[in-house]
Amino acid sequence: MRNSRQWPERGVSRIPFWVYSDPEIYAREQERIFQGASWNYVALEAEIPHPGDYKRTYIGDKSVVVIRAGDGGVTVVENRCAHRGLQFCQLHLGHADEIMCPYHQWTYDLTGALIGVPFRRGVKQQGGMPADFSLAEHGLRRLKVARRNGVVFASFSDAVESFEEYLTPPILELFDRVFDGRGLKVLGYSRQLTPGNWKLMFENIKDPYHASILHVFLVSFGLNRVDQPNRVVIDRLGRHASTMTSRGEQKRTEDNADIRSLIEDLTLAGPAMLDPVREFPQYTVCMTTVWPNLIIQQQSNTLATRQIITKGPGSFELAWTFFGYDDDDEAMTQRRLRQANLMGPSGYVSIDDSEVMALAQQGIAHASEASAVVELDGPGWREEQAHGVTESEIRAFYDYYRTVMDL
Amino acid sequence: MRGAETFRALPPRELRLELEALYADYTGCLDEERFEDWPAFFTEPCLYKIVPRDNFERGLPLATWLCESQGYLLDRVTGIRKTSVYAPRRIRRIVSGIRIIGWNGDALETRASFAAFETLIDELTRVFIVGEHRDRIVAADGVLKFREKVIVFDSLLVPNSLIYPL
Repeated sequence: MRNSRQWPERGVSRIPFWVYSDPEIYAREQERIFQGASWNYVALEAEIPHPGDYKRTYIGDKSVVVIRAGDGGVTVVENRCAHRGLQFCQLHLGHADEIMCPYHQWTYDLTGALIGVPFRRGVKQQGGMPADFSLAEHGLRRLKVARRNGVVFASFSDAVESFEEYLTPPILELFDRVFDGRGLKVLGYSRQLTPGNWKLMFENIKDPYHASILHVFLVSFGLNRVDQPNRVVIDRLGRHASTMTSRGEQKRTEDNADIRSLIEDLTLAGPAMLDPVREFPQYTVCMTTVWPNLIIQQQSNTLATRQIITKGPGSFELAWTFFGYDDDDEAMTQRRLRQANLMGPSGYVSIDDSEVMALAQQGIAHASEASAVVELDGPGWREEQAHGVTESEIRAFYDYYRTVMDL
Repeated sequence: MRGAETFRALPPRELRLELEALYADYTGCLDEERFEDWPAFFTEPCLYKIVPRDNFERGLPLATWLCESQGYLLDRVTGIRKTSVYAPRRIRRIVSGIRIIGWNGDALETRASFAAFETLIDELTRVFIVGEHRDRIVAADGVLKFREKVIVFDSLLVPNSLIYPL
């Protein structure tokens, strides 16, 4: 594809609005990012514990199926029959001993290998496949799979590096902070369709600036504010990042005087909803973004993977999988479920995000000539920062994005 | 004062009228955005949950909304009025096909289908969410109140945000 777009001269402290609306850019993102040398989050292993268990999900626009194979391994295949292209799997989660396309009953084993083609040898010496038709050449399209501590990633590219190299040590350490090897327990799902470009979701998480201003709930209860201890970590290429903060007090100080949304006398009539216990070292919030489709959420005791699924330039789906650990007691499970009120399509915090992303898309969809200004703490970015008054994670993201997209 | 026995003794047709009135008052209160009046439709304590059918049928405990007392309901009202940032909208709720499952102790179990329609500024009204109310209703203060309301919605996918109660 020819590059007909010109990135603004100011570099990544500007984001041209056409990246959020141009169908050609979107098509190139599918090809270079989601089908490129990236590790895409697809599942938690706890969702498919037994051989034959499967989960239907997406990588970018493409539907894929994550299958627990007979040997305990995990197979990820494109959800498309090798014969006529049918999307054979329609359930979010299910169980099957083999994969059979309903149209002509081509049948595959749990690793995606073609094992049966009806009337392959014809009927009464008539018809059938040519003698040189090879089952081995017509399996489902299999993706490369990486697993770490119960989390499954897949790649359309054979060229992608190992998952550990991909994440790099500082991000891997934060990944392992939540996924520490303990068995995971899925608590449930939440999904929402937001009328905004998928990158707005990443930018939102990579933006500690907004958290302190937009979210009255967070800032008033001191769950996340710039005047509290903050840490930002970015991998060397700029594609992944993590924002950490510690819970503070519901108090107006000199340092948070700019936060107009802080309500000092906001109280909860049902305080049991927000009764967090210290669970992880040092920081009470850690939000990690893993290129190109995963947000790992640890806000107090509510844990979730948020998977970004692209739905055209102007819309994305956010698929939340809330989880706890196998060794959680009943009180901890209840705490996680109550704090889930902060998150999802009805979250005290995340409502604000999904709503402003819709407003952002409305503002930028017809403004290809203009750009976003992302200069806070700029114009560059560093791999490590000890404050959250910064937009460096967004600039780092676009540094890498421009390389991959050749923009 | 009408207690549980009064309602239990009602002929089915009259009980149905009582339920029709209860659901009409309930949806009317929400459609008119009198959210401050909404908690009074519930007992204390109460359980109010909005759950996607996927979680409900799999026995997964996660709710999209989870309120375990009138305090939780009030906090949601505070969220709507004071803390959440969202685009203006109108939601209209239709509850239909109220079914009486039966008495379970002092509680009447009912089911009812619902649809909610969302109207955003400069957009056509759209079907927002559909599903089922699964309720336990008791006599309290001489009227019928919800001790438990579990709203199971059919599409796991929510059109952006679910801000107002159903």
